[in-house]
Amino acid sequence: MAVMEYIDAIRLAMKEEMEKDESVFVLGEDVGVKGGVFTTTKGLIEQFGEMRVLDTPLAESAIAGVAIGAAMYGMKPIAEMQYSDFMLPATNQIISEAAKIRYRSNNDWSCPIVVRAPIGGGIFGGLYHSQCPESIFFGTPGLKIVAPFSAYDAKGLLKAAVRDPDPVLFFENKKCYKLITGDVPEDDYVVPIGKANVLREGSDITVIGYSMPLHFVMQAAEELEKEEGISAHVLDLRTLQPLDQDAIIESARRTGKVLIVHEDNKTGGVGGEVAAIISEHCLYDLDAPIMRLCGPDVPAMPISPPMEKFFMLNKDKVKESMRQLALY
Amino acid sequence: MTDKYTMTDVAMPQLAESLVSATIAKWLKKPGDPIEQYEPICEVITDKVNAEIPSTLDGVMGDILAEEGQVVSVGEVICRIQTAGASDGTVASAGGASEPAHSPGAAISGDTSMRSRYSPAVQTLAAQHGIDLNRVQGTGLGGRITRKDVLKYIEQGGSQGAAAQPAVTEPARAERREQSGSAASPFSGLKQQPATPLSKEDLFTPIPDVRHSGLHLTETPKIPTIEVEGGGRSDYFIDVTPIRNTIARNMRQSVTEIPHAWTMIEVDVTNLVLLRNKLKDEFKRNEGVNLTYLAFLLKAVVNAIKDYPIMNSFWAVDKIVVKRDINLSLAVGTEDSVMTPVIHRADQKNIAGLAREIDELARKTREGKLTLDDMQGGTFTVNNTGSFGSILSYPIINYPQAAILTFESIVKKPVVINDMIAVRSMANLCLSLDHRILDGVICGRFLQRVKDNLEGYTLDTKLY
Repeated sequence: MAVMEYIDAIRLAMKEEMEKDESVFVLGEDVGVKGGVFTTTKGLIEQFGEMRVLDTPLAESAIAGVAIGAAMYGMKPIAEMQYSDFMLPATNQIISEAAKIRYRSNNDWSCPIVVRAPIGGGIFGGLYHSQCPESIFFGTPGLKIVAPFSAYDAKGLLKAAVRDPDPVLFFENKKCYKLITGDVPEDDYVVPIGKANVLREGSDITVIGYSMPLHFVMQAAEELEKEEGISAHVLDLRTLQPLDQDAIIESARRTGKVLIVHEDNKTGGVGGEVAAIISEHCLYDLDAPIMRLCGPDVPAMPISPPMEKFFMLNKDKVKESMRQLALY
Repeated sequence: MTDKYTMTDVAMPQLAESLVSATIAKWLKKPGDPIEQYEPICEVITDKVNAEIPSTLDGVMGDILAEEGQVVSVGEVICRIQTAGASDGTVASAGGASEPAHSPGAAISGDTSMRSRYSPAVQTLAAQHGIDLNRVQGTGLGGRITRKDVLKYIEQGGSQGAAAQPAVTEPARAERREQSGSAASPFSGLKQQPATPLSKEDLFTPIPDVRHSGLHLTETPKIPTIEVEGGGRSDYFIDVTPIRNTIARNMRQSVTEIPHAWTMIEVDVTNLVLLRNKLKDEFKRNEGVNLTYLAFLLKAVVNAIKDYPIMNSFWAVDKIVVKRDINLSLAVGTEDSVMTPVIHRADQKNIAGLAREIDELARKTREGKLTLDDMQGGTFTVNNTGSFGSILSYPIINYPQAAILTFESIVKKPVVINDMIAVRSMANLCLSLDHRILDGVICGRFLQRVKDNLEGYTLDTKLY
């Protein structure tokens, strides 16, 4: 067991999978010689050479397209989108091709690609470096979407994504890269796709979320327990698609008071679907209206620091929402 | 705050995307020093950049809170700056910040507007256990009976007579309830964002907020050798700097992963000494840089690598990767560290060009101005160990390269030539090699070629 940063865990997962399987390779902008703008792929070109670590032109549609072609031919590409904000030129390739190949070909062809893309703000990146595009891809059958919040999950989910026989979008949170450290086993393990994870047991309220904001939730939960005796049950979705319905229902029934937290904006976000699942299955277990705490419905992350602070979730915002739900 | 001075907190700024902390290298201002806005107050080092932190305002340095060598998280206060007058600004906001935006409405201690609004969960439980909800005390918003109230009632065996005054037993909760929303619209408190425009506090960015800009990112890095707390009479501790840490990690990785082998050869550099002596003054005049022996050695090494390209390779588990470009890493020592900046495309440079590159990289290293580009892409390392008087060394390979060569001191020695004893200038070349890639024979030939190249310099050799 080693303590490592979230970003190191992602790098280690790629390294191990590339060592294990000849057909795994990475491609993306500046992933080779530079080692990625965040150093996520640092050292891979030295170890695996330029035939398995491809520096591509600045064309996300080509990155995804090449990866899809290689995957159909039997390779297992890991395509990096430098920022998830730049991913939109590749949406046609991802949604219309990768997601549908197995269905369209009557199971003759498949497309085992992984698309890694850093999401999230709070890094003074402004509108082109801060977006959370989950909701664009969410709800597309044929795609799997994962979003780890810890270093352990990052490594385990990325390894599971590489081995998955179908396309997986791996949304890593760039704010977590250096901020979050944790125990990561150096051996070979996977975190199964499609399984949510209970981070904390509690009896007053249930908080459901994914990625970076869960760290605020966990801090707020500790403080609320200590200061006000409010006991929070926290569920990490981990996989956004397919959602772990059983875990969501079980967690909602625990307390009957549900708060859903994510950084992506509220309208049309993943939280809406989670809320729908709960209201479909748990009406008679609900003790309060389902609450959502999300990014505001404004067009983009502002670059001005006070405005960015206003936009971003933080521990205090989460704590206040949790308290209000507990008091309801 | 009746004082006519105001203390303003200065926080560690976000120096680059994804950085979360930085190390204070050196304070440039002491408590009591006057400070002008934008004047550097301290130097910091991080994994990514080294920088000076400028002051955000005019004033006098107050307390220094972060010591030299301390790792400080972004946003943490590092010092306080004293400014004259106007105390209603930033400091005032710190006190009032925790006050909720909406003031508590009318007292609602007796509010029971939600008393008879039963949630599905409450009704389900009541039906299951046959409970008369009129007998259950509500502790929720507006006197609402919560799921937990019912569970508690069931736990107490339905005899809720004693529970007539739970609102009193939990005064803290009731108080909080008052703050959290008006009675008329019980859910209005749940709004995730204040409906009002940004308050003055938000726009004024109360310290300790993170500053993101206004930095000189090209400033000199200073490596602190800072004694830290602890230790006893017999020993003391020195902080491990990021650079030290990197060196340690790289060295350990090289030694543990690469099976090292070692060999040495002796070279007669008498002619080279004569050649350099002849050219060096004029070269210095024309080019402004010193003509070092190292430049000649690098040329000899590059030409030998061209003949034996396998020296320019690295191990990739199932194959050996041979690099086409010859990028020479040059070990350059400073007082307390060693860096290996790279001369890119060394095979396309002549001796004069190499001399200029050496001068440039050595200067940048000592001034701490090496960029990431200067450090990356090396394929073979040369270390001029003779510069500190060594005549023999056992170098550790610069991971993941295949070999490293040292150039030892030039020493005058008696040498037998054609059965006669002559005094010649001799130097040793030492080579450590990755024995997974290279074997004795190929390395022997390579060293022999370097030797031939060095001994082949004559007074007619051209620098350009």
